[in-house]
Amino acid sequence: MPPENKSTLGRRLLFLLPVAAFVALAVTFALGLGHDPTMLKSAMIDKPAPAFALEPVMADKPGLARADLGGKPMLVNFFASWCAPCRVEHATLNGIAASGIPLVGIAYKDKLENAQRFLGDLGDPYQKIGLDLDGRTAIDFGVYGVPETYILDREGRIRFRYAGSLSDEVLKTEILPRLAALERP
Amino acid sequence: MIRHLLLGLLLALALTGPAWAVNPDERLADPVLEARARALGKSLRCLVCQNQSIDDSNADLAHDLRVLVRAQLTAGDSDAQVLAYLQARYGDYVLLKPPVDPATWALWFGPPAVLLIGGGVLVARRRDHPAAPIPLSAEERARLDLLMTDADE
Repeated sequence: MPPENKSTLGRRLLFLLPVAAFVALAVTFALGLGHDPTMLKSAMIDKPAPAFALEPVMADKPGLARADLGGKPMLVNFFASWCAPCRVEHATLNGIAASGIPLVGIAYKDKLENAQRFLGDLGDPYQKIGLDLDGRTAIDFGVYGVPETYILDREGRIRFRYAGSLSDEVLKTEILPRLAALERP
Repeated sequence: MIRHLLLGLLLALALTGPAWAVNPDERLADPVLEARARALGKSLRCLVCQNQSIDDSNADLAHDLRVLVRAQLTAGDSDAQVLAYLQARYGDYVLLKPPVDPATWALWFGPPAVLLIGGGVLVARRRDHPAAPIPLSAEERARLDLLMTDADE
């Protein structure tokens, strides 16, 4: 092959470089479009749950404070009566309570009577419930919006966050295996 | 009459400011603190609206974060402390300007690096292929030949 041919081939390939770069960028952006930022790993993972002390929601149940977390792996669920996806996930939460998994609730920016009515209508799956009136506790947990469910280990550290409505399927694939792993000594 | 009305309308429009989402009841009485809160608010991402700052967004969470920022400034926290507080809870994502660390080096230094590489390639090519000499025109060639034959004699 004469040397001239070789250099023109190299030059052709060089001209393709911007095209290749463009295709790579386009693919990156196309993938990014389907990316849901609420599915970002929480910055609170492996950090201890924040300090808080919340007033009770139900008359016959205590409020919730940081001291109630830990001891054993448990779930912390942020909910609100005004949040439609919370209604959707409530049957799954009732199932969790029936299976004996420790579950506590935090009512996010809710009115006391609305939260009470919500739990009266749909059932109360929580062992303890705190009323986070101004949403500060939620911010300390790194909550984007309700519903969100956190898995805490026995030291009270946040190990996993699920943003969005729980379902029996999500429970089986995302929550239960992680809880089981934390329960192993 | 109409001209006066139009003029008045234009003047009224000129007096309007940009519509911030910051509600009057959120504002701090101290103008210095409020100015710092505004600057911080513009650099913090509203997490549920993604490409708005908490200053621009009407979202509930943005309101709560604005109130939180102001509460912390009033309590005497520095700007850096407020940012660190939110960064610890929401990660780098809450900062509209990403920090310079190994994970973002490509972001910060990528474009200047590409510029340097491109400039380097251009310079190298210039050196390898100096501008080709312009061939003599027929006239010049004839004159040169004449001169050369003259010199030989």
